[in-house]
Amino acid sequence: MQQHEHLVIIGNGIAGVTLAQQVRKRSNVRITLISAESATHFSRPALMYVYMGHMRYKDIVPYPDWYWRKNNITLVHDRVVSIDFEQKQLHLQKGEPITFHTLVLATGSTTAYYNWPGQHLKGVQGLVTLQDLEQMETQTKGINEAVIVGGGLIGIEMAEMLKSRGIAVTMLVRDKLYWQNVLPGQEATLITQHIQNQGINLKLTTELDEILGDTAGQVGAVKTNTGETIPCQFVGIATGVKPNTDFLRNTALQLNKGILIDNQFKTNIPGVYAIGDCAEFREKYEQQPALEQLWYTARLHGEALAAILCGKAQNYERGPWFNSAKFLNIEYQTYGYVPNSWDETKYDSLYWQNTAGTKAIRLFYERDTEMLKGINLLGIRYRHDLCHHWLKQKYKLQDVIYELEAANFDPEFYRHYEPELRQLYFNKFPDKAQQKKQNSWWQLRKKFGLAMHLENSDKPL
Amino acid sequence: MTTTYTFYTSAKILKIVGVILMAAGLLGVLVAFAGYQVISPVYFGLGGIMAFCAGGLITIWQLRMQKPVAEQNNYTWQKDITARGITGWVIALVLTGFYILLYWFPNTLKGLVLAVEPLSRLLRHKPADQWFLYGTFYTLAVLVMGVHALLKYRNNRYHIIRTISVMFFQLGFAFLLPALLLLFNKPEFYFSYFWPLKYDYLFPGTVSYLVQDGAAMGTFMVFWGAILSFIATPVLTYFYGKRWYCSWVCGCGGLAETAGDPYRHLSDKSRSAWRWEVAIIYPVFGFIILTTLLLWLNSWSEGRILGSLSQGFSATYGFFIGAIFSGVVGVGFYPILGNRVWCRFGCPMAAYLGLLQKHLSRFRITTNGGQCISCGNCSTYCEMGIDVRWYAQQGQPVIRASCVGCGICAHVCPRGVLKLENGPTENRYAASVLINRNDVDFLS
Repeated sequence: MQQHEHLVIIGNGIAGVTLAQQVRKRSNVRITLISAESATHFSRPALMYVYMGHMRYKDIVPYPDWYWRKNNITLVHDRVVSIDFEQKQLHLQKGEPITFHTLVLATGSTTAYYNWPGQHLKGVQGLVTLQDLEQMETQTKGINEAVIVGGGLIGIEMAEMLKSRGIAVTMLVRDKLYWQNVLPGQEATLITQHIQNQGINLKLTTELDEILGDTAGQVGAVKTNTGETIPCQFVGIATGVKPNTDFLRNTALQLNKGILIDNQFKTNIPGVYAIGDCAEFREKYEQQPALEQLWYTARLHGEALAAILCGKAQNYERGPWFNSAKFLNIEYQTYGYVPNSWDETKYDSLYWQNTAGTKAIRLFYERDTEMLKGINLLGIRYRHDLCHHWLKQKYKLQDVIYELEAANFDPEFYRHYEPELRQLYFNKFPDKAQQKKQNSWWQLRKKFGLAMHLENSDKPL
Repeated sequence: MTTTYTFYTSAKILKIVGVILMAAGLLGVLVAFAGYQVISPVYFGLGGIMAFCAGGLITIWQLRMQKPVAEQNNYTWQKDITARGITGWVIALVLTGFYILLYWFPNTLKGLVLAVEPLSRLLRHKPADQWFLYGTFYTLAVLVMGVHALLKYRNNRYHIIRTISVMFFQLGFAFLLPALLLLFNKPEFYFSYFWPLKYDYLFPGTVSYLVQDGAAMGTFMVFWGAILSFIATPVLTYFYGKRWYCSWVCGCGGLAETAGDPYRHLSDKSRSAWRWEVAIIYPVFGFIILTTLLLWLNSWSEGRILGSLSQGFSATYGFFIGAIFSGVVGVGFYPILGNRVWCRFGCPMAAYLGLLQKHLSRFRITTNGGQCISCGNCSTYCEMGIDVRWYAQQGQPVIRASCVGCGICAHVCPRGVLKLENGPTENRYAASVLINRNDVDFLS
């Protein structure tokens, strides 16, 4: 990009904002960030905490207003109605048209509905946008019963929110266990039991058939595929999200489920890119889904495209996967590749769980080589930097075992479970000789160069 | 279904019992306050205090134990009492009013002073005065609300141990031990406070009084104070950060971490608040150093330099900083400005510890790689008004002079991104390699 050019980004979610910040760090191009949703960027995963009263909306806004002025990033709070790709112009609902040199679509996603009868009734909604939160606030006022459809991350968030208001929650989950399409059986069982212990009514192997309304057009009950009718005054749709691309249909832009891109985020139109939830990779790159609809990957997309636009990188390479979440009281972290089921001849794992059923660690590895493939953690925190290093350096289990203590990121004075996990390892591999020597995190950080000096990071041009 | 039913019923009964006891206790205290000439201030006052504490403990128990650990902050910004609503303002006015009576109209508190008379006789063999009354209230607040903190953070061993520590130091070192010293006719001395917070412990007047009146014990006290100020403080801060004092030992910190804990989110996180902070706290510290030096110079020169002026000098400071700042604003405004106003803007000890923590310490709060989701819980619940998220979302360690190491940011983080730890000073500011930072100065 040349200095005089105008970079316009549609969407001020984490993808668009990261892109704007990272481009500004390296370049003086004109940057405009447009959003119909909110005047400034806010943290989407934090919406639930506003509903529960942990924070106010202004507390989930990470950057104060002076930040955008200081960085010379223009914010436009308006809706893009249409895009003229020929003239390189955006038409807005309220404001004057905006001309761009480079356009980045970071429009995120919206709730996916699957044509259930009654899905348009009052009291039926998903939770993705700020407007969804506001709607949920009004739609749940004074109600007693709610049903959540879908057993994923948004589903458990909505359940926790409703529970905080004393609303009885029933969750309809298609699989035999909660989040079983992602978690291996033992983890999924642990979380399923925890959710049930917390007073949420989990209906497993159950799907939604129909939403029933009253004469006023308000939801009154749901009917499940098992023939049960569950009375409720609110239905939370949490069966997934879909790319927010409706305003781009029937344009020159190629779409499938999302906006089709290559591994440089280029769409079929020169100078137009797409990142985050709304983008869909044309080709499947190694262990990387075509649609990466996750907050962390959206940020990585923003970082990567900024580097590409500023000539600092060629392609997007995601690197070892990571994710985190919280299921009511239990935190979850995952690093690398841990599938929900696997070929026993190819892979194996070490799994430790405490007797209370609140903490678990799984080290997933390749059977033949003993190479670590991924880690699942429940109720225990590990160091991202070190786990990333293990996966990048293709550690074998026997090497991981001696660095477990250094990886633990739990608060001080917490009980450590690494000796138990290590014991499991030696029970499984009795012929491995036990070594004594162990390194602290600080020694490993130095040894592996895992410390980034601020003065060495990219400076603004 | 039956168990749930019983639970809700017993919770309801407990709630009613707790509220009735608190109301009755409060009434008793008010009666003792206003009518001590007519009725027995001990029965009504001391009885009322005990009933209030018992009712408080019952209410706290049912309030905290019926909520799972992840829901402890539900409604914090929606409840009248914690979100600067009418109840919050009423509590602020009552607290402030108490401080005003305590400092300027102590005679009005005579009924309450008489109420704690038996306790004072028992502990110190001395009649009670308003300061004993204040110490009693203060210690009870730390203990009762300490239980509140223990239940609220019951799944976190760092907070359990830390809370027990502040409760222990308040009860033992700031309440029982000074009373015991008086009982044995020794000078009243607080082993958990020292210069520059207890600035006069190193003033020539106090030193000569302790040495003369306290004999061997007094000399020990002077040495104890000096050693803690000039040797123990830098050494402990080097190894553990300023938290070893501010959120483990100090009485002001102890009250903030217990009674003040429900108000921690009210601290101002703006950049201008930080500007005020540095503009006030370091001059206060400088003023203490200067005053101490001048007083010693004056003492050595036998009063030729400053004459009697110096006494007025320290008395003025004691009034403005000691009474108005740390008492009226520092505690009275808990429900309006948050629980660490004094610690953040006024405490000279915090300034001293902060400079050490910033430049000569192994302490930092590490951010876990690229895991931060910018939610803002850490910043919201930082009682010192630090925008923790600013650092966390860039993968940087949090190293700030004002951080008291309470550890609540790490506790409320829904992704386990923060960890308080002590590590080598080499590369202390180094950040995670897993996230790109944007280089904008936050504090300028």
